[in-house]
Amino acid sequence: MSVVRLLDVRGLRAGYDGVPVLHGVDLQVDAGEIVTLLGSNGAGKSTLNNNLSGLFQPSAGQVLFEGEDITGAPSMGIVARGLVQVPEGRRIFPNLTVLENLELGSYRRARGHCSRNLECVTAIFPRLGERLPQAAGTLSGGEQQMLAIGRGLMAEPRLLILDEPSLGLSPLLVEEMFALIRRLHEEGLALLLVEQNVVQSLELAQRGYVLENGRIVLSGTAASLREDPALRRAYLGV
Amino acid sequence: MLDPIILLPAAINGLTMGAVYALVALGLTLIYGVLHIINFAHGSLLMVGLYGAFFLHRAGLDPYLALVVMVPALFFTGYALQWSVIGKASHGSDQNILLVTLGASIVIENLALYFFSADTRTIDTPYSFEMIDLGVALVPLPRVIAFAAALVLAAVLWFLIARTDLGRAIRAVAKERQGARLVGIDVDHIFAMSFGIGTACLGAAACLLLPMFYVSPHVGHVFVLVAFTVVVLGGMGSFSGALIGGLLIGVTESLGGLLLGESLGQMGIFLIFIATLMFRPSGLFGSRLS
Ligand SMILES: Nc1ncnc2c1ncn2[C@@H]1O[C@H](COP(=O)(O)OP(=O)(O)OP(=O)(O)O)[C@@H](O)[C@H]1O
Ligand SMILES: [Mg+2]
Repeated sequence: MSVVRLLDVRGLRAGYDGVPVLHGVDLQVDAGEIVTLLGSNGAGKSTLNNNLSGLFQPSAGQVLFEGEDITGAPSMGIVARGLVQVPEGRRIFPNLTVLENLELGSYRRARGHCSRNLECVTAIFPRLGERLPQAAGTLSGGEQQMLAIGRGLMAEPRLLILDEPSLGLSPLLVEEMFALIRRLHEEGLALLLVEQNVVQSLELAQRGYVLENGRIVLSGTAASLREDPALRRAYLGV
Repeated sequence: MLDPIILLPAAINGLTMGAVYALVALGLTLIYGVLHIINFAHGSLLMVGLYGAFFLHRAGLDPYLALVVMVPALFFTGYALQWSVIGKASHGSDQNILLVTLGASIVIENLALYFFSADTRTIDTPYSFEMIDLGVALVPLPRVIAFAAALVLAAVLWFLIARTDLGRAIRAVAKERQGARLVGIDVDHIFAMSFGIGTACLGAAACLLLPMFYVSPHVGHVFVLVAFTVVVLGGMGSFSGALIGGLLIGVTESLGGLLLGESLGQMGIFLIFIATLMFRPSGLFGSRLS
């Protein structure tokens, strides 16, 4: 028997202009799971995310989402299915207002629920609610990160990829960020979390993968990864 | 010579022409704002619009009625040009697009020379020489219509960009292409829509111009140089800048022509152009689109 995974990545190879970065990545996310993807700078984490989101075309391998092959599909089709990414560097629309940014979150999906989801998002991030008419480019870094996540939530994702959501946030905001991720998880959302905060993300996640030089070198339950001597040496310096 | 009785009518005539310049420049600035390229084919596409309106008039259609044909026609031309030629040939590199639009303009102009010869043509309409008394000046009816219609169209364009889903997507793509892809915007479609809308402005400008201007295969040059100036003056990619810049340039040209003589009228424009580049290279107004 085979259980249909929410996301099933098989032997994915990808790179830029013929320069390979990913050399056959296997990774799965099940419904309702938090899976964390760890790896040092330049390992290929964002490359993987962007190939999953259809910004680039993988050169080999397969991506199945809810059992359907989405390998090489255009980004709009992938968003329409509910695979939504909050990218590294936020990529909000600085020249648009906060409200317009959020509205564009439901450009391709959940458009009919836009006003309802807007209420949900502003309830999660009251600071965004207070700044709806403000140009997004004038928000603080932390607020921009909230906006990026809020924009992602507007599409009612089935799987949300968060690429380093805590990057550049103050320790207090990092705490808030992890609390938010926990809350989204408790509401049933599946998350693929790319993080540099190894300890915190392994506390939050059920499972994890470690990507090095474009290959998965370690994977397993979060508990087993926390105890793994190689991981502790590489990421925790102990 | 500086009598207001002469200056005022000249300024008003300049404003009417300036409104058409603004329309042409709005198209150019929209394409620049979204695709980050100077569309060198802009002038030749205006020329295509003028010939279209010219032949529709010959077939019995009034130029103002021809708006309902030429605006969609130029929109689809622009959409198709971006979708099937410019976008495909550029391989994502902005320098390539520049060369492709330049190449397209050369091809279009030479086709026009081949089919229509280099003759300069005008049309006669019953209202060509009708004058409207504005109290301070007598202005030819086609100029009054062009002025009013250009402003209405600019308002429509503003509404489209500022208040609709399409406009939001256009502004999003203008500044953050990758973010746009990640919310599921079809960026290639938005590129083509922007190019199409920018070109549709030319269809409108052509119909408004024809009753008071002429058409020839090189007619686009006149406008494209002025439109470049307007866009630089107003700030690249700025909507209000293009509008106000267009009006300003129209008045400058008209007053320059009065003071320096017809053929030197455009010199004032380029003095402004150079002064802008020297003292305010980002333009008189902030940029809005990008
Ligand atoms: N657009 C691009 N064009 C060419 N090479 C790229 C591009 N983006 C990333 N790379 C290269 O691909 C490799 C993997 O980069 P990637 O951004 O996926 O790493 P990462 O694991 O996300 O790192 P970080 O933790 O620093 O974000 C790097 O060597 C990088 O230089
Ligand atoms: Mg990264």
